[in-house]
Amino acid sequence: MNKLQKNIWFYIMLFLVPSILGYLIFSLLPMLSAFYLSFTSWDIIGGSPDWIGTENYVNIFKSNEFYRVFKNTFKFILMYIPTIMMSSFLLALLFDAKVKGVSGFRVLLFIPVLTSWVAGSLIWKSALNGQYGLVNNILSLIGIDGPGWLSDASWSMVSIVLVSVWKDIGFFSLIIFGGLRGIDRTIYEAAQIDGANRFQVLKEITFPLVTPTLFFVLITTMINSFQLFPQVMVMTGGGPLGSTQVIVERIYVYGFRYFNMGYAAALSIVLLTVIILVTIVQIKLQKKWVFYE
Amino acid sequence: MNKKLKLRSTLVLFILFMITLASLIPFLWMISTSLKNNQALMSIPIEWIPKKVSFESYITVLTELPFLKSTMNSLIVTLSSTILTLTSSSLAAFIFAKYDFKFKNILFVLFLTSMMIPIQVTGIPIFIILTKLGLNNSFAGVILPSVYNVFAIFLLRQYMKNISNEFIEAAYMDGANLFHVFFKIIIPMSIVPLTTLFVINFMGYWNDYFWPLIILTDPDKVTLPVLLSKLNTQYGTEYNTLMAGSLISMTPILVVYMFAQKYFIRGVQEGGIK
Repeated sequence: MNKLQKNIWFYIMLFLVPSILGYLIFSLLPMLSAFYLSFTSWDIIGGSPDWIGTENYVNIFKSNEFYRVFKNTFKFILMYIPTIMMSSFLLALLFDAKVKGVSGFRVLLFIPVLTSWVAGSLIWKSALNGQYGLVNNILSLIGIDGPGWLSDASWSMVSIVLVSVWKDIGFFSLIIFGGLRGIDRTIYEAAQIDGANRFQVLKEITFPLVTPTLFFVLITTMINSFQLFPQVMVMTGGGPLGSTQVIVERIYVYGFRYFNMGYAAALSIVLLTVIILVTIVQIKLQKKWVFYE
Repeated sequence: MNKKLKLRSTLVLFILFMITLASLIPFLWMISTSLKNNQALMSIPIEWIPKKVSFESYITVLTELPFLKSTMNSLIVTLSSTILTLTSSSLAAFIFAKYDFKFKNILFVLFLTSMMIPIQVTGIPIFIILTKLGLNNSFAGVILPSVYNVFAIFLLRQYMKNISNEFIEAAYMDGANLFHVFFKIIIPMSIVPLTTLFVINFMGYWNDYFWPLIILTDPDKVTLPVLLSKLNTQYGTEYNTLMAGSLISMTPILVVYMFAQKYFIRGVQEGGIK
């Protein structure tokens, strides 16, 4: 087809220019600069970055804070990912049940998705207040004395998980529902004729066929987990006692509050390394459970 | 059999109702709290529905904070970013889908791998670059990075690949150039993925927090999520004010949703099909 058009090269370049420039200015160059900055000390305000070698990295790995931040992130992942995967899958199954009136619930359950993280976190900050909040006052109706969700270090991360699941479930259940809809209905009919019961159909047909979508959800939720930010900033500010400090919140604090750009850049390179490693592991593991036709 | 089916339907609807209720109760709480005055906020036992409805907090929010200005700012930033993303991505996707050139595959792989790099990693250098260009604290600084969006390129390319070459060849025979082909054939035939992307990106840019927080410092220029987070630091425990602000900030997107919900739902659902 190339032959049919005169000056094809000119047009190809012209069409690609916005994206290539965007890639260079907003991805490649910043990536390399972040890497360079991570070996420097710089307060952004005056002078130029001073080369200090691996000092930032040494400081990161020597600090207790770093291990606390990672422990917090893993705590989040361990609670959030199983909860969001299972609840979204179950909800998607309900959406997929051939029942009249289901679509209305889909529309309503999407409202938290539309809400900004900041507004959603504010609502929950108010709802989780130990004394005057919605949650503890509902719990007290059934005789449970609720904890100080945001003020107690052993419950603060649970609260962050709670708001994240609330906000994300409408989105991921819809994605999985899309995957369920993509399954060829004749397979179900064939299984029914063979006398398979509902549970067998779910286990042997529905689940395997929707695993590619579940894999997509797993990768996305995992990457999101490492980028946890607005919920923490709004609801706890990293506290109490550093129990909700996470890596992006630290990058923001070091970079844009303390103006310690070199240290923040080094933290961001550590973040990137972790994301890449985790994603590679997931891609390797997918052979074990993801089913491709 | 019919009875069993009916029981099943009722059960499905009942569970969905309970989940939806649980997920929407916080919004009712938001409305009720926003209508309380400062005393009612601290009354024990709590007032589920305020005994005396007060619009105090709304007046505070609307008079002491530039909420309308922020709404306009958010609208400008969101629409411009979305349109920029759709334009640059559809141009690139068309080339990736239909033409061969040297280094095409390398370029595409480079693009795809850059998808893994979060904004928080590149954020500091981009901030420095934009500052050097004098674009910090400007809408352009918030909008420009959206010129590069790999997810959009990828989704559009997958779709455009399936558009038959015959249409394009026929247009060339009639003497059209690449621009004509793009605007007269490719774009009209890609309305489905473009709508999907419009919705997903609009939502994303509207609610974006990290990037505008860093770039915009002038109180007159901040977007809604940034203004709200400032409200949070300023009015820490005055929940009625915080809830009034949250409610007002949600209104514009809820209005859009009311009219275009099927595009939102369909848009996200499409994402799960491949």
